[in-house]
Amino acid sequence: MNTDATTIDAVAEGSEHQHALSNQAFGFWLYIMSDLVVFAAIFATYIVLGHSYAGGPTGKDLFHLPYVFGETLLLLFSSASYGLAMLALYKNRKKSVLTWLTVTFLLGLGFVSMELNEFHTMISEGNGPERSAFLSAFFTLVGTHGAHVICGLIWMAVMAAQVVSKGLTAPVQSRLLRLSIFWHFLDIVWVGVFTVVYLMGVM
Amino acid sequence: MFGKLSLSAVPYHDPIVMLAVGGAIVTGLLILVLITYFRKWTILWQDWLTSVDHKKIGIMYIIIAMVMMLRGLSEAFMMRAQQAIAAGGSHGFLPPDHFNQLFSAHGTAMIIFVAMPFMVGLMNIVIPPQIGARDVAFPFLNSLSLWLTAAGFMLMMVSLGVGEFSQAGWSGYAPLTELQYSPGVGVDYWIWALQIAGVGSLITSINFLVTILNMRAPGMTLMRMPVFVWTSLSSSVLILLSFPVLTAVLAMLTLDRYLGMHFFTNTLGGNSMMYVNLFWMWGHPEVYIVILPAFGIYSEITATFCRKRLFSYTSMVYATASIMILSFSVWVHHFFTMGAGPNVNIFFGITTMIIAVPTGVKIFNWLFTMYRGRVRFTSPMLWTLGFITAFTVGGMTGVLLATPVADFVLHNSLFLVAHFHNVLIPGALFGYIAGYIYWFPKAFGFPLNEMWGKRAFWFWMIGFYFAFLPLYALGFMGMPRRLAYYDNPAWQPFLIVATIGIILILTGVACQVVQLIVSIRQRHSTRDLTGDPWDGRTLEWATSSPPPVYNFAEIPVVHDLDAFTDMKENNRANKKTDQYHDIHMPKNTASGLINGVFAFLFGFAMVWHIWWLAIMSTLGLLVAVIFHSADDDTEYTIPAAEVERIEKSSLRQSASAA
Repeated sequence: MNTDATTIDAVAEGSEHQHALSNQAFGFWLYIMSDLVVFAAIFATYIVLGHSYAGGPTGKDLFHLPYVFGETLLLLFSSASYGLAMLALYKNRKKSVLTWLTVTFLLGLGFVSMELNEFHTMISEGNGPERSAFLSAFFTLVGTHGAHVICGLIWMAVMAAQVVSKGLTAPVQSRLLRLSIFWHFLDIVWVGVFTVVYLMGVM
Repeated sequence: MFGKLSLSAVPYHDPIVMLAVGGAIVTGLLILVLITYFRKWTILWQDWLTSVDHKKIGIMYIIIAMVMMLRGLSEAFMMRAQQAIAAGGSHGFLPPDHFNQLFSAHGTAMIIFVAMPFMVGLMNIVIPPQIGARDVAFPFLNSLSLWLTAAGFMLMMVSLGVGEFSQAGWSGYAPLTELQYSPGVGVDYWIWALQIAGVGSLITSINFLVTILNMRAPGMTLMRMPVFVWTSLSSSVLILLSFPVLTAVLAMLTLDRYLGMHFFTNTLGGNSMMYVNLFWMWGHPEVYIVILPAFGIYSEITATFCRKRLFSYTSMVYATASIMILSFSVWVHHFFTMGAGPNVNIFFGITTMIIAVPTGVKIFNWLFTMYRGRVRFTSPMLWTLGFITAFTVGGMTGVLLATPVADFVLHNSLFLVAHFHNVLIPGALFGYIAGYIYWFPKAFGFPLNEMWGKRAFWFWMIGFYFAFLPLYALGFMGMPRRLAYYDNPAWQPFLIVATIGIILILTGVACQVVQLIVSIRQRHSTRDLTGDPWDGRTLEWATSSPPPVYNFAEIPVVHDLDAFTDMKENNRANKKTDQYHDIHMPKNTASGLINGVFAFLFGFAMVWHIWWLAIMSTLGLLVAVIFHSADDDTEYTIPAAEVERIEKSSLRQSASAA
């Protein structure tokens, strides 16, 4: 066996693999762009319909800023803890990755629960999405973000299972990196939601 | 148990529909019987349905497009026949609710399930070899896109026999599509067919953006990419940024219809113009999504059959990019009559007219390429010439419509119908047909029959003018679009001429069917042994026809625009290597197909409010995705010896041809 040729092949194979992973990251950024356009369309609709109360309640009547601020803190801290999971990943500490993923998951779950609780209260008081165009847009915008967070949580659970069963292999690392992009992206969108919907809503 | 679905959903009372459904079922059964008789199930499953090979996926896309085109054409014929006789007191042979479904389904079918899959199919077959790559960036996602498109296609086909299709036009304007005015399942079929196929298109665009930007052969800089690659890249950018808007607006309409929300309703603060704006923010880029790749095809064909480098490649690239950007700034021209005021309308009128400039640049580039070239009048070249003349007429009527004052007169008249058929048929469909003939030998290893191809062209071309020029006149005479019957006898002669036009077009289609059959029967004597039947200029012709699964045994190195011409001129084509390497290729997987089946079931369940099935199929999708994501063993290796065997046999083949 010609050792030179084997080395070259191995190197070529390694770079091919690297190439596939960088393709995946690039492709994921493109997906994030397109998802951003979905949010842009819903934000635009919210801004157009945001004052169509149809005689129903306004944002001032419905939103409790301290409550939403608590929600926001949960999500922001979950982003920070995901960052810590990534740091642990770069140091190749499997256990610590799992710990921080669990913390992130719980914070995210807390956020979703608080949001669902808010929705539940509003709907049970007769202020559901069918009350007015404003509320339709509100539930859709906030709910779309919430649905994304739920997808992120499912993905996180799957990744935790993969870390346990497969270890920190190259594909698992690449998936964790993409989940991190997704999770921080949701954070940024939430800052937009918090500002446009809640802060401007009670102004 | 079955939601709103019951046996009464099948329209037994309508003989025309039942005939179509019967025909579809008999054809389907016949195909199944033939597959079983020839024992092709294993081949079908292993080599096609579960394939992640971009060449096979491309062929399957084009089959979807062709089947849907037959449906769209029969709908066109029925509408023309109806309008030719439904004058004065006659109400024709179609009741209005059926006529409404026809024009709604015709538009949806032709844009979403003919133009899109035809375009994506050609991109799949051509782009990887044209950039010197072995596959697309994400082979599994490619298969998933195909099966999502197929799921949407099946939903539309099922709507023919189970329930009804939308009666609200292909653009589905609210509030007509709201539950109050369209309580049936037709609009729901339209929503879910578009939504599911739309997700497929979005994934395709990500796939091709990454493929084109990251996987070009060494030496192929951006400004050495073939024009078809450039136009497909621009088209993918447009899909990436515009389809999410369609997803969002359809989701809002869905929430209005399913959860009683008020985005676009007339009551409780809804705003239906929001729908129209969002729809065309997708809808206008969509026009360029399907037209730009066709422009690329014409560029490839013109250069090849004039045996010249394309005139002013650089300006072609910049023209493509400017159209891409401008296409996002013109959407209001679809509804100047909204009442946004003169300033807004003037802005969108001017941006619309500006698009004519880069388009004109392209037309002149093609003309100057032909100037003093030795033009070979093959059928792809004929389609290109037909396109240039017809498209120029359509483009000019577009500039006319871009003037808001003129648009107020012509809005929603047959002038508009004539205009957009006059740009979309030559601008997109002719290009795809030309590309189909041009790359057919690459995909299958034998060419299409030229004689029948030319007959088809002349019938199509003459039929096209007969079918659409009268509509311009009718528009000026005040005839609105979408009329099931009318009482102005002066319109009838023009509509009869238009009906003659569609009959000529259908004769052209019949010629194309004959062409395909004749070509398949002659394939042994016409086989393309060299892989380069047209004296092509780009890399896809540097490999054999059909290409081996890995396209290139050795990734080519590019030194020039028109890379293959450069290789041939410098004696670097067909260079023999003495050393072959192992090649890694993606394994076939049934995941894409399984996800497509779940997506179809989900769409069907949502249409009929079968909630348990909707939940089950969502879970099915989730589980299928999770299982697929856990699979890290997605590649197999073709050993060097096998590569050597394949390559030597194709070298022998081309040597015997020479």
